[in-house]
Amino acid sequence: MHTVKRRRDVGKMAGLGVAVAIGAVALYPVWLLVANSFAGEGSLMRYGYLLIPHHWSLLAYVSIFDTGTVPEAYLVTVFFTVVGTLLSLIITALTAYPLSTRQMKNRNLIAFFFYFTMLFSGGLVPTYILITEYLHLSNSIWVYIFPSLLNVWNMFVMMNYFRSIPSELYEAARCEGASELRILVRIVLPLSLPALATIGLFYAVGYWGEWQQAALYITNENLWSLQFLILNLIQNISIAEQIAQAGFSNVTSAVAIAPSETVRLATAVVTMGPIVILFPFLQRFFVSGLTVGAIKG
Amino acid sequence: MARLKDFLQNWPMYLLLIPGIVFALIFSYAPMVGIIIAFENFNPIQGLFGSSYIGWQNFQVFFEGQQWIQVTFNTLFLNTLFIVAGTVMGIFLAIFFTEIGKHWIIRVVQSVVILPNFISWPIVAMIALVFLQSPNGVVDQTMTQLHMTPIQFYSQPGVWPVTLMIMNTWKTAGFGAIIYMAAIMGFDRQLYEAARIDGASRMQSIFQITLPMLRPMIAILLLLSVGNMFRGNTDMIYSLVGNNSLLYPTTNVIDTYVFRNVLDGVNFGITGAVGLMQSVMGFVLVVTMNWIARKLNPEYALF
Repeated sequence: MHTVKRRRDVGKMAGLGVAVAIGAVALYPVWLLVANSFAGEGSLMRYGYLLIPHHWSLLAYVSIFDTGTVPEAYLVTVFFTVVGTLLSLIITALTAYPLSTRQMKNRNLIAFFFYFTMLFSGGLVPTYILITEYLHLSNSIWVYIFPSLLNVWNMFVMMNYFRSIPSELYEAARCEGASELRILVRIVLPLSLPALATIGLFYAVGYWGEWQQAALYITNENLWSLQFLILNLIQNISIAEQIAQAGFSNVTSAVAIAPSETVRLATAVVTMGPIVILFPFLQRFFVSGLTVGAIKG
Repeated sequence: MARLKDFLQNWPMYLLLIPGIVFALIFSYAPMVGIIIAFENFNPIQGLFGSSYIGWQNFQVFFEGQQWIQVTFNTLFLNTLFIVAGTVMGIFLAIFFTEIGKHWIIRVVQSVVILPNFISWPIVAMIALVFLQSPNGVVDQTMTQLHMTPIQFYSQPGVWPVTLMIMNTWKTAGFGAIIYMAAIMGFDRQLYEAARIDGASRMQSIFQITLPMLRPMIAILLLLSVGNMFRGNTDMIYSLVGNNSLLYPTTNVIDTYVFRNVLDGVNFGITGAVGLMQSVMGFVLVVTMNWIARKLNPEYALF
């Protein structure tokens, strides 16, 4: 009996060892990015990307906050992420609620109207012509928001969640003559916080990661999103050099090299920041919220 | 008549639906009208409704060219790699986490493997640079230390399918495992107890109980991802490859081909035709796969 238990303990220890290794593989790339964004440019040049840099420096961060490029993109991105997520949650809830009740006879027809957009699309070219020629959204910050306001998959997940709320809870209010909007806002939404948190997170991550809209519709550099700025930093080192030079000239330092490489890494780190910080708080919601509509939309 | 009556009775409900319906009409249904561009000799000055009708000529031009084989093959091949690697890794992680059981280390590692899913592709592209650039990328330096000839990643198209597969698995497998874990936790514990009493080893219970019970779910999820085989991931591939045409032979997929053409503003007619072809093929594939899924298990069909 004793040896069986011991063998199982050894097995568990080995398992935990493998788990730690898996975690390390998942985290190692992110750690390299973060650690080396704090490296001195000279140390990075000489020794390459190290697990723990030889010399630490905040110069890259000083540089990116000294010039307008990154803070401007940050403001733009925060704006369309916050406004976009709020508007998306509103339109998603407004659409999901009527489809979740059994009142409407036409609800299957309307659900199919939305479902069909997941099966078939006109493609990028007609969308591009629509947005540039007819809606005139080029070089407008709203081009980040309007085309992705309603995600039909998220809408069906929310609809399923609403259906899991017992209808007795709002039938009484309906009998007393409360309007549908009032029932939705006062009764249904407060009972749906896990779904709202999960879907809100999905929308927010979607908006935060937005760069294709910038690539297609934005030529004004002041309206670039953070992610598009990063793509440009990757493809064109001279942008990073400009930021590094500008920040560098403001700092009297013994370091002889402008931090253009670390500026790129630091920009990626501040872009990743909010999600990595929010993530541990939100993930307890989304694991439960996700399984509700996980397979069946 | 019944529909009209329903409308009059439930008008407050329909009122709530208006924003969603307007959105879908503008951003999903209006572009479907724009499909006519595929049959036009499109000219921006004459516009969508003024350009001349040329029938199937745009499709002809595309299929007579060299590129269609390349982008279609890459789309299907890369998606196959992603689906296989993602599924295997997702199932492995799910079984691994549930087998070891409750421990704070497991909880932390579970969170850690989900995290990459929330990191955007442009940031992954920056991380890729840290690893793959030459001469001071991590891979290059390691290979030099081991006296191997370093790989010039950004000029060698041959290594990219596997590279993309590794990155995609790193980013998505942890999140993909959640759905399998939820299923495994729902399995009857008594089965495992009974097997253990009968002397089954851990491996035997994985292969004789867990995997067979996961099989219907794996089959359905595979069918549904096969349904999306014609859709490429511009977000991933354009972020990582950008306009580096040296890598196009193995990385250019239908979506990036269309995306780059729109960015450069060239050949709207032909590009629109390619987009339409992709939408139709995708539609047929999704509907077929869903039909098969419903034959296997009506519970799991999407519609």
